[in-house]
Amino acid sequence: MKEVKVLGPGCKRCEATEMMVKNAASKLGIDVKVEKVTDYAEIAKFGIASTPGIVIDGKVVHAGGLPKEDALETWLQG
Amino acid sequence: MSADTIAVRSDEPKRAPAWQWLAGLGAALVAWGLVYSQLIPASEWLVSLLPVARTSHLGEALAFFFYDTPKVLLLLTLIVFAMGVVRSYFSPEKTRALLAGKREGLGNVMAAGLGVLTPFCSCSAVPLFIGFVSAGIPLGVTFSFLIAAPMVNEVALGLLFGLVGWKVAITYLGFGLGVAIVAGWVIGRLKLEGWLQDWVKDIHAGDAMVIPDEQLTFVDRIRLGIEAVKDIVGRVWIWIIAGIAAGALIHGYVPTDLMVKIMGADAWWSVPAAVLIGIPMYTNAAGVIPIVEALLGKGAALGTTLAFMMSVIALSLPEMIILRKVLTLRLIAVFVGVVGTGILAVGFIFNMLFH
Repeated sequence: MKEVKVLGPGCKRCEATEMMVKNAASKLGIDVKVEKVTDYAEIAKFGIASTPGIVIDGKVVHAGGLPKEDALETWLQG
Repeated sequence: MSADTIAVRSDEPKRAPAWQWLAGLGAALVAWGLVYSQLIPASEWLVSLLPVARTSHLGEALAFFFYDTPKVLLLLTLIVFAMGVVRSYFSPEKTRALLAGKREGLGNVMAAGLGVLTPFCSCSAVPLFIGFVSAGIPLGVTFSFLIAAPMVNEVALGLLFGLVGWKVAITYLGFGLGVAIVAGWVIGRLKLEGWLQDWVKDIHAGDAMVIPDEQLTFVDRIRLGIEAVKDIVGRVWIWIIAGIAAGALIHGYVPTDLMVKIMGADAWWSVPAAVLIGIPMYTNAAGVIPIVEALLGKGAALGTTLAFMMSVIALSLPEMIILRKVLTLRLIAVFVGVVGTGILAVGFIFNMLFH
């Protein structure tokens, strides 16, 4: 079970990123728990300066804009 | 931006090789040039189809509208694409790393410059603000970035360049950066760190992250450019059409001598009036520039018009409401005061220089 956090105040891009994570996980057959982090103070604790951000098992892998699909799959498999 | 402008790609077919992307890009540029060269005949032809005299007020307004709408949309598409590619080399995290530990002064200059190049969307303004301040970047330097980023953006510069001319575009770039640098520096000198919201001061941010480069290929950067077009043009086209419609009305109906009287260089009070009127107006650069073009065409003074434009873009109520989450009202008031004074100065200086 991978714990994925999507960091973002709730803009359209953040929702699209969450969808991409879920789609990629189900495509790869990986069990994930996706959590959205919308609180600014919580987001800041991850040290990013742009949203949406993606955190997988506590590690920040992406910040700012939509992730690349193939990169996302690599992160989920890693 | 509407939900359907972001395509969530799944089941993507195998990628085309790089040469196909380059060929496609070349073909698109040629098609762009061909369409662009036919805009005047096409707009005149459209007006001639309508039961309206070409030289009437309505005919003038319609010709302006039919010519400007495709022209602005074409220019915007090209510029946003090019900047999307350029911006793929920058990120807020890299910018923060560049700015961390810089002194005020040099830091303000760099922050304003990076504000133009770094991808930035206003929904990211708060995380960015916190990310910068908590990484030890001085408040004034952070403000230089936050003022430059929306004011001197690719949309504003590109449209000014295309619609009003390169002299005005370069001048706007120079003075826009100037306002961001000086206003940020002044805010830094005032030592207002204590006027942040309490919870912001208490944040102990994690280590400032620099995400390892996601190894972008040239094709990836082209794709990022295309995504920027879908996103930005998809979001601002409605503002542009509204702006051009307002510009068309000005162009067709407002008498030149009235405009000279209200917004001409002799009416000194028009500069502060333009700044005040600009604050509650909310549109982005794409919507305000067709209006700027029409105002200048009717004899409005350059300084007054630029002051109006800067005020509309840089001092926007919605952005202040977003920043209210991290800044106290006192700090927002200082921000408006300092930036507004800078814009006023730009307006007066221009009206003097270009009289």
